[in-house]
Amino acid sequence: MRTIKALAAVAAMIFMAACSNNEQAAVPASTTVTPGSVADFKQNVGDRVFFDTDMSGVRADGRTTLDKQATWLKQYANYRITIEGHCDERGTREYNFALGERRANAVKQYLVAQGIPAARIQTISYGKERPLVPGSDEAAWAQNRVAITALQ
Amino acid sequence: MMKRFDMMHRRRHLRTMLCAAALAALAVPAHAQLTIDMTKPSFEPVPIAIVDFSGESVGAQIAEVIRNDLQNCGLFRSIAPSSFIERNVNANAAPRFPDWRSIGAQGLVVGQMSRIGGNIKVDFRLWDVVVGQQATGLSFTSQPSNWRRLGHIIADAIYKRVTGEEGYFDTRIAYVSETGPQTNRTKRIAIMDQDGANNRYITDGRTLAVTPRFSPTLQEIVYMAYGENNTPPKVYLQNVDTGRRELLGNFPGMSFAPRFSPDGTKVAMSLSKDGNTDLYEMDLRGQTLRRLTSTPGIDTSPSYSPDGTQIVFNSDRGGTQQLYVMSAGGGGERRISFGDGRYATPVWSPRGDYIAFTKITTGGFGIGVMRPDGSGERLLANGFLVEGPTWAPNGRVLAYFQQQPNSGSRSGSVSLQQIDITGRFQRQIPTPTDASDPAWSPLIPQ
Repeated sequence: MRTIKALAAVAAMIFMAACSNNEQAAVPASTTVTPGSVADFKQNVGDRVFFDTDMSGVRADGRTTLDKQATWLKQYANYRITIEGHCDERGTREYNFALGERRANAVKQYLVAQGIPAARIQTISYGKERPLVPGSDEAAWAQNRVAITALQ
Repeated sequence: MMKRFDMMHRRRHLRTMLCAAALAALAVPAHAQLTIDMTKPSFEPVPIAIVDFSGESVGAQIAEVIRNDLQNCGLFRSIAPSSFIERNVNANAAPRFPDWRSIGAQGLVVGQMSRIGGNIKVDFRLWDVVVGQQATGLSFTSQPSNWRRLGHIIADAIYKRVTGEEGYFDTRIAYVSETGPQTNRTKRIAIMDQDGANNRYITDGRTLAVTPRFSPTLQEIVYMAYGENNTPPKVYLQNVDTGRRELLGNFPGMSFAPRFSPDGTKVAMSLSKDGNTDLYEMDLRGQTLRRLTSTPGIDTSPSYSPDGTQIVFNSDRGGTQQLYVMSAGGGGERRISFGDGRYATPVWSPRGDYIAFTKITTGGFGIGVMRPDGSGERLLANGFLVEGPTWAPNGRVLAYFQQQPNSGSRSGSVSLQQIDITGRFQRQIPTPTDASDPAWSPLIPQ
């Protein structure tokens, strides 16, 4: 949280500096996150929550992320979102389409319970067809059992 | 009796092949010796010599198609032509049996080709070398472009004569062609002959397309494909010859896991909405939709019994993925899998005697079969990831896919595999790219 505030302060200073000098500030992209941008959401809120093997219940760490997502989405109410459900490769193709859909829906239900209108939220499942991380080990599988909140 | 059935069977579909007939035996058939009982616990592959067919240059290629088919099914051992002693075998006279016995042949296939108008004619004979008699002899006439199919049809006739089972060589396999990195794979529906020839693509790869399934009437497949711009996947029906494609019901949410009914008039599939996945059946003629299951669990991967009265499917309603059987119209659901681990992708054999499945345990994946009541479970293949069995039309051979583990960003190979129901003969089916999700066609109508 402290990091986010610090980054926001830096961003604000850069923004003001750029305005006062009336020219582009040449700084690395990683520090030029505009509040309310997609990059802001990804870096400072977190766009993904992870799941246990063959499970679709939102874990405690996922709830923390989703609480932050809900706060941010209320502040920037112009965004619509699509929640993408994904699975690791350790399941059959057809079942994983359904499991990914169930994960995406679990995230949707959580956000709706936090006050995000269901009309802003779409879901889609990619099953095990679009892993985020390559590899066939537990570290990769843990990253691939995920629901991603994509802004539109 | 057998020969008569053969002829009637052939005559029913003579549109493309034009003509098939039994050849008169050159000698009175003796008691058959050249037989394989596939159900026996062990046997040696039958050594068989297939001579290049004479009369037309394509005769050598036809003989090669037959050699590959018979060798690859695991029941025969094709003897290298370089070891043949008798050369220039006359296809219309008895061969010199001692010459063939001395190289260990038990079966001998000879063929004579000729031209009739614009068509090619093949007279082939299978000789039982051990008893010195003709085992079978048939004649086929066809357009020259069908020469590969002539080879497969002759291989099917030999297979049937020797095993007593229908052949499966004159068939095609649809599958998912996979290219590109793991995190951004291109997946296209492709189709090829059972032996890998005549490979071509059904979808263009712009969106992910997976799980092709053949219609019992052959010219059509159903599959799942994502829409443009990340819209949810839907089920499509496509004619593989004309390319005409049709969206099967534009239902809200996801549609996936399609499978034709045995008469080809219906498609069972999963519809997923608000986190719940149930089974539905779409009538292709009326375009009407009927709900088959309604549980909070995931119900998917439906497969009809060959008589069309029952459906086996995969559900996690009891906590883990297991196999269930219900009436084709829904209802009467009962669990049939009770072993360790999870069970998925059940596929009813076209003969009705077995259900093939994918099994997932802590040790890895397996491909197995069980009887429709769940008894007699047997694993045929194991691996890091093996999945998605499909039956050859004779119900005695299966194909599935196998993925090797990925090593970081280096992708493990994904390939089609073939195994017989005893689990004895396994081989990779060659494909031009990585390949998954095989779907075996019925025998191609002649």
